[in-house]
Amino acid sequence: MEHDFFFPAAPGSLPGADGYFGAFGGRFVPQALVAAVDQVAEEYERAKADPAFIAAFEELLAHYVGRPSALTEVPRFAGHAGGARVFLKREDLNHTGSHKVNNALGQALLARRMGKTRVIAETGAGSHGVATATACALTGLSCTVYMGETDMRRQAVNVARMELLGAEVVPVTSGSRTLKDAINETFRDWVARTHDTHYLFGTVAGPHPFPAMIRDFQRVIGVEARRQLLERTGRLPDAAIACVGGGSNAIGLFHAFLDDPVRLVGCEAAGHGVQSGEHAASLTAGEPGVLHGSRSYVLQDDEGQIAEAWSISAGLDYPGVGPEHAHLHSCGRAEYRPVTDDEAMHAFRLLATTEGIVPAIESAHALAGALQVGAELGPDGLVLVNLSGRGDKDLDTASAHFGLAGAR
Amino acid sequence: MSGNLQLLTDTLARAEREGRAALISYLPAGFPTVDDGITSVLATLDAGADVVEVGLPHSDPVLDGPVIQTADDIALRGGVRIADVLRTVREAHAATGKPVLVMSYWNPVSRYGVERFARELAEAGGAGCVLPDLPVAESAQWRHHAAEHGLATVFVVAPSSTDAQLAETVATGTGFVYASALMGVTGARAAVDEAAAVLVRRLRAITDLPVCVGMGVSDAAQAAHVAGFADGVIVGSALVATLLDAGGGEAALAELTAELAAGVRAG
Repeated sequence: MEHDFFFPAAPGSLPGADGYFGAFGGRFVPQALVAAVDQVAEEYERAKADPAFIAAFEELLAHYVGRPSALTEVPRFAGHAGGARVFLKREDLNHTGSHKVNNALGQALLARRMGKTRVIAETGAGSHGVATATACALTGLSCTVYMGETDMRRQAVNVARMELLGAEVVPVTSGSRTLKDAINETFRDWVARTHDTHYLFGTVAGPHPFPAMIRDFQRVIGVEARRQLLERTGRLPDAAIACVGGGSNAIGLFHAFLDDPVRLVGCEAAGHGVQSGEHAASLTAGEPGVLHGSRSYVLQDDEGQIAEAWSISAGLDYPGVGPEHAHLHSCGRAEYRPVTDDEAMHAFRLLATTEGIVPAIESAHALAGALQVGAELGPDGLVLVNLSGRGDKDLDTASAHFGLAGAR
Repeated sequence: MSGNLQLLTDTLARAEREGRAALISYLPAGFPTVDDGITSVLATLDAGADVVEVGLPHSDPVLDGPVIQTADDIALRGGVRIADVLRTVREAHAATGKPVLVMSYWNPVSRYGVERFARELAEAGGAGCVLPDLPVAESAQWRHHAAEHGLATVFVVAPSSTDAQLAETVATGTGFVYASALMGVTGARAAVDEAAAVLVRRLRAITDLPVCVGMGVSDAAQAAHVAGFADGVIVGSALVATLLDAGGGEAALAELTAELAAGVRAG
C-alpha cells in the first residue's frame, strides 16, 4: 500500500524479533511489565498492517499536524557554514512545535486500540509532554506526565501548556530531577497500573518494541525530507544532521538515508565540554550498559551506577541513547559528535538573527553541527538539518544565557 | 568455591518440615554505612530471619518505592562499592551460617562482569541473586555462570505474568520463585492483595520450587496471612523504614523482625 506519511521500516530491517540492533536493544524489564510490553508489540504489529489504523494516523498527520512539514533553505545562515547549501526540515512547524507529535499521535491511537483509558509519559524539555497531552486531549485519554522538578523550572511554559491541555503534571524529586528520573517514575507508575494504562514513551529508547515503533512513527521526517530535497536540488545531501538525546528525531531523519551515500551526523549535548564531566554525550563518552529497558551506550561509573547528565537543553539532558544509535555508532554507519552549550547557543542566536527562525535549544545542537560540517564540506556541500522543534519554550533560558533585557 | 544454593534449598525445606514459612529479610548494603549495614543484616538474622537478601544499591532503582530509594541514595552518597556488598554477604554468612542472597538491578552486575560477579559472590559465601529487571529471555549468560558457581537465580513473577511466562520462569529459576504480591513497586501496603494467593496457586500447579511472596508485607499479621499460603515471606521496605524513622534504629529493626518471625510461625 502507498502511504502518505506512515512509513514503517521494511520487513527484515533491524531489530530482529528479540528486539536487538546488533549488540544493542533487547528488553530488560521486570517480569511484571513483560506482558504489557508484549501487548504493545503485538498490537503495533497488527496496527501497522491495518488500513483503518494507517488511515486514521495519516489523517491526523495531514490535517492536524500539518504534514508534510516544509523544507527551508537558509542561505544567510549558510554563509557562516563554509558556503555549503543548508536546508532545514521544519519539524518546528508541526502542531505543538516539534517532531514529538508524530509519535504521540501514533501511540495514542495504539492506546485506544488496546482499550487503555489512561496514558502516562515522561518529559524533559516538555515537548514530548505537550505532544502527549495534546494527543490525549484529542483522543479522549486521561494523561499524566512526569517531569523532573529541575526541568519544570527550566520549561515553565510547557508545564502551563500541558495543564491547559488537561494533563496532570507530576514533579519528580528523585535523583537529578531531570529526564532520567522522570522516566524512572513513569516506569514505577506503569508497573502498578498496566491494566488500564499505556506508557507513551517519547524517544527511541526503552524496551523492545519502543525503539522500533517510535522510529517507525518518526520515519516520515527523513522520507519527506529526502523526497523534498531531491525535488528541489536534484541530489541527495552530503550530510544529514540531527541532535541526539534519546535520538527520536535523529533516527527519524537518518533512517531514510541508511542505504544512500549520505553522512549521518548526530550531535550530542556536550554541555560544559566532554572533558568537564558535565555533559550528556553518551556515545562519545559512555560505555555499553543497560538503562531504562535496553542495552545501549550509557554514562555510568565503573560499577554501573548511572551518571547524572548535564546540558543547557532539557531535552538532551539524558545519560543514555536509543539502541539503534548505539548500533549505527558501533558499526560506523553514523557519526556522533559532541556540541557544547556555548556552540549550540551561538547557532541558536545565529539562526534567529540571520533567518528569523528561533529554534529549540535541542535543535540548535544540530545547527552547530551543520556549521562545522558545512565548513568541512565547503561551497559544494549540501547539508540537511532536522530542525526538530521551535524555541518558544526556551526563551527564558536563552534570555538568561545572553543577558537579554527580557531575562527574568 | 561453590556458592550456597544448596544451603538456601535446605533452609527453605527445613522451614517446610517445621510446618511454617521462612522469613526472608531485605536490607541494602552500605546503609547508612557499610559497617552499620552489616550490623543491621546480622540483627535481622539473629532476630529470626532465615534468609537475607542484601541489596546492591543502584542509582536508578525503578522497581523500588520511596523507602528503598532513600536508603539506596544514602548508601551511594556514602560511597558504597560492590566490594562492600560482597563483604556484607561474607560477614553475614560467616557469622550466622545462613543463606545470603544479593538483590541487584542488572546494570551493575553486567558492568562489573557477569562471570566475575558470580565467582566473587560464590567466594563470599553467597547463595544466589535476585535480579528484578532481568527477565528470563535476557538471562542466559547470568544463568550459565550462576550454575557454574552454585548460585541460585531467583526470578520475580507478578500477578500479570501469563501462564507461559510462569512456566518459563519455573523451568529456568533455581532456589525459589519470588512472587510479587501486587502490581507495583516495593513498599509497605495496608493489606496484602488477594492476587498474591492466586499467583501462588498458579505456581504450585506447575512447580515444586518453593514460592516466596514479597512486596507490601509489613507486619506480623500480614506475614502470618501470607505464611498461610506461601513457603516464604519477604520483607524489605518495612525493615528499612525502621532504620529511617526518627526514633527507630537497631532495636526497632530487631523488634519488627522478631514479630515477623513469630508471624510466619502463626500462619
